Amino acid sequence: MDAFWFIAFPYLALALAIGVGIYRYLTSRYTYSSLSSQLLENRKLFWGSVPWHYGITLILLAHLFAGLFPGAAGFILGGRIRLLVLELTGMALAFFALFGLIVLMIRRLPTNSLVRRATSYMDGIVLGFLLLQVATGVSIAIFERWGSLWYLRTAVPWFWSLVKLHPDMSTVATLPGFVKVHFVIGFAIILLFPFTRLVHLVMFPIHYMWRPYQVVIWNRRRGRAAVQPTEIIR
Amino acid sequence: MNVRAQVSMVFHLDKCIGCHTCSLACKNLWTDRPGTEYMWWNNVETKPGTGYPTLYEDQEQYHGGWVLEDGKLRLKLGSRPTELVNISFNPRLPTLDDYYEPFTYRYKDLIDAPPGEDQPVARPVSMITGEEMEIEAGPNWDDDMSGSPVYASNDPNLRKVMNEEERRQFFEIQQLVYFYLPRICNHCLNPSCVAACPTGAIYKRGEDGIVLVSQEKCQGWRMCVSGCPYKKVYFNWNSGKAEKCILCYPRLETGQAPACMHSCVGKIRYLGVLLYDADRIEEAASKPASELVEAQREIILDPFDPEIVRKALHDGVDEKVVEAARKSPTYRYVKLWRLALPLHPEWRTLPMLFYVPPLLPVTASLSQQGRQELATDFFSSLESARLPIRYMASLFTAGDEKTVISVYRKLLAGRVFKRAQTVGDIPMDEALKALDDARLTADEVEDIYHLTSLASFEEMFVIPPMLREVAIEMGVDPHEFQEERGAGFVRVPERGL
Repeated sequence: MDAFWFIAFPYLALALAIGVGIYRYLTSRYTYSSLSSQLLENRKLFWGSVPWHYGITLILLAHLFAGLFPGAAGFILGGRIRLLVLELTGMALAFFALFGLIVLMIRRLPTNSLVRRATSYMDGIVLGFLLLQVATGVSIAIFERWGSLWYLRTAVPWFWSLVKLHPDMSTVATLPGFVKVHFVIGFAIILLFPFTRLVHLVMFPIHYMWRPYQVVIWNRRRGRAAVQPTEIIR
Repeated sequence: MNVRAQVSMVFHLDKCIGCHTCSLACKNLWTDRPGTEYMWWNNVETKPGTGYPTLYEDQEQYHGGWVLEDGKLRLKLGSRPTELVNISFNPRLPTLDDYYEPFTYRYKDLIDAPPGEDQPVARPVSMITGEEMEIEAGPNWDDDMSGSPVYASNDPNLRKVMNEEERRQFFEIQQLVYFYLPRICNHCLNPSCVAACPTGAIYKRGEDGIVLVSQEKCQGWRMCVSGCPYKKVYFNWNSGKAEKCILCYPRLETGQAPACMHSCVGKIRYLGVLLYDADRIEEAASKPASELVEAQREIILDPFDPEIVRKALHDGVDEKVVEAARKSPTYRYVKLWRLALPLHPEWRTLPMLFYVPPLLPVTASLSQQGRQELATDFFSSLESARLPIRYMASLFTAGDEKTVISVYRKLLAGRVFKRAQTVGDIPMDEALKALDDARLTADEVEDIYHLTSLASFEEMFVIPPMLREVAIEMGVDPHEFQEERGAGFVRVPERGL
């Protein structure tokens, strides 16, 4: 059973995420965004969206950094004080994100509210999975101390074994149940990505940092020698 | 110099009767879909008033448009990193409370109600949730001042130019005066919605300057809604995309006037082409506030100047467009006669819709004796106008009273001259002196009079053929350019999950 969840399922999730993600982008780019409901409800969104996005973005980046550079992460976490500070920061961020997520869920609950009109059943599923994932994450931080360290020796080797196409689940097979659930739900969320509003994750408009402010598009450039479909001023 | 063409509109505010026909024509054509119920791409406001959405002119609240910092233009919304940091929650977004919750009535109850003691009523229901609701606001809630000083006294322009005491006096019933301000997207030369869009989904069309939102590219980050100081980009809560006035480009491309203009009862709207120098946009938008109107007039080019025509053709402006620019009614009002002014130029977007300021609210007190005053009194009346000149200046010239006064002098002098001519109760030499003061010639007055009062629709609406025939010319496979042009989707645009 573990072999399915820790070897087959991750591959399945990643394949679907990438394949369907690209397919949806190519065939239905119109839908490739998150459906904002800020126009319909503003106050709860502030207390939900801000803690959630800041909290989860930093936590995910930490997971990613430690996963990609386990050596560097191990070095940083080497000192007792540094480890303590980082674990506490992580835990605080997790609670921050959890708080935001709960507000976001409460926000969508009332059946006759304005926001409910802009809510699909998939939003409910996404919120449910995210809540489970953050809840297990927080419990790991509380009950299985120093996760930032043992993560490097358990999940990271497993993850790299998947990447190298030599799947080896021995490092994670003996972990407690709720830690395993955390891993599986993580891949379940990756699987959900192309089917839900989570696609907005890859659309973060970082190119805004360097694109020119003004955009002028010509139907067809006439008269000029060089035909440029998009001419940009400034 | 880089010559480009812009389709531009002029509103003659003295002729607007505030009937909202334009708004309804627009609504029926474009915004009757789910998600767009609250949008009014065209709306008509009573001024003084709070406008739609409420207090949209208060940029300390909404942070729309541009500001000048150390001689450089910056988005008032914030720097690029600030915008990206705020992307999950836009702190400057107006919400439905600032617009209104769209409603309809349950008309069927009128027929289906069981027999009883009471007359059946059609209860108002929300067009979003379908639930019963109390109507608390609407898009023109301050219409005709709404029988209350609340809306007008909160007008950001009025608060700026009048102190408490002056405002109290203004609201004495004898003093009260108002006029109407129809508004659509200004299709600016330096649009802040385009600049604020993180995705780059909003663009200005090179050929005619119409500003559009690409529905395919738009990802609904909502920054354009805050970025536009006129609040003329709206968020469709159903599709999750921004939408705005498209200047009825599908109508323009088939030679028809925009729906708002075509339906205008008072014939207050004029539409024509302006040529402008695209290289000087930034320079013009960075001038000190009092010089903004003049700077904008400066970059609008003379289509009769052979040098400019040559450059225009070289820069890819079609001959037919230049021809249309010569017949353009907007060129006359904006540049030749200098009568039409942009709305709120201090937001530095270089709006390309212009307004001839209304004369009536300014002079209304003079007609109490039942007859027109002499020319000299007309001019002195500008200082004692019921709606102060500086109110008009805060609307149309970024506070520069000189420019507004010069417009009013022309409007008044023209009126005095025509009265001397047709009624004859003002001596002609007085009238000529008035013309002289306003720096107008008798011929110009005749032209202004003609275009203002007698013009046919063909004179008020002058556009070149929109070159659609070139877009599918012989020898070009139409599929080759399928992605580049045309409106609409191959598939029905439906929201994903």
